[in-house]
Amino acid sequence: MKNIVEIRWHGRGGQGAKTAALLLADVAFQTGKYVQGFPEYGPERMGAPITAYNRISENDIRVHSNIYEPDYVVVVDESLLETVDVTAGLKKEGAVIVNTEKNKEDIIPLLGGYEGRVYVIDARAISIAALGRYFPNSPMLAAIVNVSGVMDRETFMNEMRGSYAHKFASKPEVIEGNMKALEMAFDQVH
Amino acid sequence: MAKRDRLSGNEAVAEALRQINPDVMPAFPITPSTEIPQYFSKYCADGKVDTEFIPVESEHSAMSAAIGAESAGARTVSATSSAGMAYMWEELYLASANRLPLALALVNRALSGPININCDHSDSMGARDAGWIQLYAETNQEAYDNMVQAYRIAEHKDVRLPIMICQDGFITSHAVQNIMLMDDAEVKGFVGEYEPEHSLLKDTMAVGPYSVSNYYMEARRAQMEALRNAKAVVKAVGEEFGELTGRKYGWFEEYCMEDAEVAIVIIGSAAGTAKDAVDRLRKEGKKVGLIKVRMFRPFPGTEIAEALKNVKAVGLMDRTESFNDCCGPLGAEVTAALFRAKKQCEMINWVYGLGGRDVRVEDIEKVFADLYDAVENGTNDTYRYLGVRE
Amino acid sequence: MKTDFDKLSQSCSWKDLTEGMMIFEGGTTKAFKTGEWTSVKPEFASDKCVQCLLCVPVCPDSAIPVVDGKRGEFDYDHCKGCGICVNACRPGAILMEGVNK
Repeated sequence: MKNIVEIRWHGRGGQGAKTAALLLADVAFQTGKYVQGFPEYGPERMGAPITAYNRISENDIRVHSNIYEPDYVVVVDESLLETVDVTAGLKKEGAVIVNTEKNKEDIIPLLGGYEGRVYVIDARAISIAALGRYFPNSPMLAAIVNVSGVMDRETFMNEMRGSYAHKFASKPEVIEGNMKALEMAFDQVH
Repeated sequence: MAKRDRLSGNEAVAEALRQINPDVMPAFPITPSTEIPQYFSKYCADGKVDTEFIPVESEHSAMSAAIGAESAGARTVSATSSAGMAYMWEELYLASANRLPLALALVNRALSGPININCDHSDSMGARDAGWIQLYAETNQEAYDNMVQAYRIAEHKDVRLPIMICQDGFITSHAVQNIMLMDDAEVKGFVGEYEPEHSLLKDTMAVGPYSVSNYYMEARRAQMEALRNAKAVVKAVGEEFGELTGRKYGWFEEYCMEDAEVAIVIIGSAAGTAKDAVDRLRKEGKKVGLIKVRMFRPFPGTEIAEALKNVKAVGLMDRTESFNDCCGPLGAEVTAALFRAKKQCEMINWVYGLGGRDVRVEDIEKVFADLYDAVENGTNDTYRYLGVRE
Repeated sequence: MKTDFDKLSQSCSWKDLTEGMMIFEGGTTKAFKTGEWTSVKPEFASDKCVQCLLCVPVCPDSAIPVVDGKRGEFDYDHCKGCGICVNACRPGAILMEGVNK
C-alpha cells in the first residue's frame, strides 16, 4: 500500500455512499491507520448525485480539501456515468470500480477515455442474493478494499463483523446477510 | 489513559461535553451544528449526564435561557451556527457584559445570502466585538481540546466571560478523523466543579441593571480588563492541558516560522491544508512559514507582529468578506499590529473559502507564489480573492 | 468581585464597579433620591384624612409611609409628584398644583 490512498465515492442520495465512506474510515482506523471520511455536502435529496471521500494514510492527515486526483473511484450507481465525469483526475495507475450488471467491455467506453484499470461488480445481484434487498454499499465497500488492498481480506472481514455487530445491535439477523454480501463481493469484483 | 478513536468534529465536541457534564444546555438545531445538541440530548435521555436539556423555540431563547441559567450559577453550554448565532446577537452582548462564563460551541457556517449551509467565518467574525473569548480549531482534535479547556478559561476569577469554541462547518464538524480522547476522570479533574462566587440562587443580587451614561463607559472599560486578563489565562490553561495530554496550546501556532521569508496568517481547517503547502515549498528550498491563529479574541497582536518581524511579505487569509473594500477582520488586526510594531513588509489580504469554497494545497502554493512576486516587484493589489472565477 | 455598594457613585473609577454591574443588595432604591425629579409636590391635609389608607398602595414609589397604622407624612425624597394619590383620596385630603388646586 502507498503511504496515502485517496478514494472518491460517487453515489446517489439514499444509497449509502456516505455511510460506506464512513465505514471504510472506521475499519481502516481499526487497523491502525490515520483516516478521513467525509461527504461533500449540499442540498440533500434522495436520488441526487453525491460525492464522498476517504483518505487512508500511515501518517497524520492535515489536508482538509476535497480529493481531486484520487487513487481510486467507486461508482455506486451506474446511471451516474451519463451525467458525472467520474474519472476526472483519477490517477492512471489507480482504478475505477463500477456497480453494474454489464461486462467491463461495455463500461470502459463510458469512462471518458480512462486508461487505468477498470473493475465491475454486480452489487445489486449480490445484495439481493445475500440480503433479499438492494443495499449496494456493503458490496461496494468489499470491492474497494479488495481492489485497493488497504487491508487484507481476513482483517477486513473481522473488523466488519465487529462493526455490524455494533451497528445492527437491535437487528442481529441482518449481520450474516451483510457478511455474506461482503464475501461475495470480495470474490466477484473483477 | 488516553483513548485513540475516530470521530467527526461534532461527535468530538459532544463527547467533550458528555465528559464535562454541564448543568444546563439550552439549544435550537441549525445545520451544521445540529448534531451537537442531537448527540448530547441522547446522553441526557440515556442518563449519561445529568444536564438539564432545554429544547427552546429559537436561538434568541437559547442564549436568553443560557444567560438565565448561568446567572443562577449553573455551568451552561449552547451550540449554534450562522443564522442561529445572528438570532442570538442581542444576547451575545448581554452574556459578556453580565460577565457570565457560559460556553458556545459554534460550528462556523456562512451567513446568508445567498443562502448557503457551508463553512466560512462570517458568523463568528461578525460577533468578534461582542466581548466573547474566541478560540478556533484546525481539526476535530483541537475542537475537542478547546472544549475541554473552555470552562477553565471562562470561569477563571480574573476573566468570567463567555467563550466561543469555533470549528469549521462540515470540513471538521462532519469529517471523521483520528482523535485522542482523554478519559472521563481526567476531564472531570481538569475542568473541576463550578463554584460561582455569586449567583441568583444564593445571593441577593440584580443581574443586568441599567447603566446611565455616567456608568456605561466605566462598565465597558472594566469588561475590557476581563478580556485582557483572558490572554494570560488562555496561555496558562493551554500549557497545563499540554502537560496532561502532550498537546500544548497557546494563542497561535507558528509553523516553519524560524527562518521564514514569506508567511501567511490563517485560521481554522485551511491551516492544515496550508501546512502541506508549506512542506511542499520547503522541499523546493523556499523559506515559507505559517501562523495559525487559535485565539482571535482577545487578539494577540503584539506577539503575532513579533513572530512576523523577519518576513518580507505576509499573506493575511480571511475566510469572510468584510464589505469594507479594505481588508478582512484578520487582515485588519494583523496589519494594525504590524504598524504599531513599526514593521513594514508587503501585506496582501486574501478573502478565501467563502460559503464552503474548497481550499486546495495548490491554492495556498499560489498564495506563496504571489507573495514572492510581491517581494520581487512590489504590489498595490493588496485585497484579493482566492479561487474566485473572474 | 463583590464591591461595597457604598463605593458606587457618579465619580467612582471603573475599578470600583461590580463585576458585570451586578448589584449585591436589595432595596437599593432607598439610596436614590428620586424626589428631586419634580417641581410639583402633593400636600397632605391631615385634618381631612379619614385614615382609609387607599393612597398608600397606589403610590408607585412607596412614598407614603404608614406609621403605627396611621397615614404618615409624604416621603419627599422619593415622591416623584405623579398625582395618583390625589385622585385616590376621596375626602380630598391630598392637594396638588394642577390636579385639584
